[in-house]
Amino acid sequence: MNPAKILMGAFLVNNIILMRFIGLCPFFGVSTSLETSFGMSAAVLFVMMLAAWVSWLLYHLLLVPTGLVFLRTAVFILVIAGLVQFVEMVLKKYMRGLYSALGIYLPLITTNCAILGVTFLNIDYRFNLLQSTLFAVGTALGFALAIILFAAIRERLEDSPISPSFKGYPIAFVGASLVSLAFLGFTSLFGISL
Amino acid sequence: MSAPSRWKYFADGIIKENPVLILMIGLCPTLATSVSARDALGMAAAVTFVLVGSNVVVSLIRKVVPGSVRIPIFIIIISTFVTIIDYVLQAYQPALYRVLGVFVPLIVVNCIILGRAEAFAYGHGVFDSLLDALGKSAGYALVMLVMGSIREIFAAGTWFGVAVTPAWFRSAPVLFMIFPPGAFFLIGILKGIVNRLTAGKV
Repeated sequence: MNPAKILMGAFLVNNIILMRFIGLCPFFGVSTSLETSFGMSAAVLFVMMLAAWVSWLLYHLLLVPTGLVFLRTAVFILVIAGLVQFVEMVLKKYMRGLYSALGIYLPLITTNCAILGVTFLNIDYRFNLLQSTLFAVGTALGFALAIILFAAIRERLEDSPISPSFKGYPIAFVGASLVSLAFLGFTSLFGISL
Repeated sequence: MSAPSRWKYFADGIIKENPVLILMIGLCPTLATSVSARDALGMAAAVTFVLVGSNVVVSLIRKVVPGSVRIPIFIIIISTFVTIIDYVLQAYQPALYRVLGVFVPLIVVNCIILGRAEAFAYGHGVFDSLLDALGKSAGYALVMLVMGSIREIFAAGTWFGVAVTPAWFRSAPVLFMIFPPGAFFLIGILKGIVNRLTAGKV
């Protein structure tokens, strides 16, 4: 498949949060301010690429040749959990600046279904390593776009007069519905329908 | 423990500690797979299988699992059950499997399941853990049924595939509800209604 289509498809048309509903927990949990949204997005971009590489290599070089494909779910989740821990330790030791920027978001990413979802989708779509990387980058950028747009909306919602029953989650969902409606406009952009 | 308090383990999960509408966990599959009543119940059945299985096994081995490695062991137990349901659906319910797609393997990171293993099954007996799992599953299935039914009736005019609205409605239904924005909108409204009903009670 065309590389540009994979990138744009993952970024806009099939946006991981607003169109696929994967990774809603950080979307609602972290989008309370623009600053945390940027931090989380950067951490997701970093880990998503690493996870896509590691899972692709493990699947095609270890699980397929040994006929252990059914272990995919267990292997991927454990590898991603281990990878995040490892990245956290490396950053803490060698890259203090990056660690202080991303550090608090890394443990949250272990349970981020967006990361695991991308590794499964890479296998399901039979992507090669380059396509998997593009898909991971596009997805992470789409995550960033959705969460940053949404954080801006939520900052405005803080000051708006909202009925008590709808304060917090309910109005956030309705806001997400409107952002999602806007993204529906990207459907079949460039003829992409992954 | 007496029978009424055991019953509480089951009953709490349905309304008072409903995983989706009160605790707000496990949202991704709820929104993504509630496109019709049938698909929504299919997802609820898959989650029930994994939740019951993992709660019972975690409770059975809770005395031999050291606290420091419990989370990785929970994850292995959960992913075993997820793999079983993944292959069973693929073999016997291929149409449902295509609709649920990546959300079947993603049950492994569903917060409801790991949450119950950690918060309940690791500290309670097998029978109580089973009741807890069944209660939380019933609460989840209830929300899935409500969301799937509303979305299907609005977007297709049918309920479980049977026409329940007049022909003029089915020829121009509210397609909005079947798309992702409709799911966000519906859960926002449902959560608002639940907040209103439970104000000051929970």
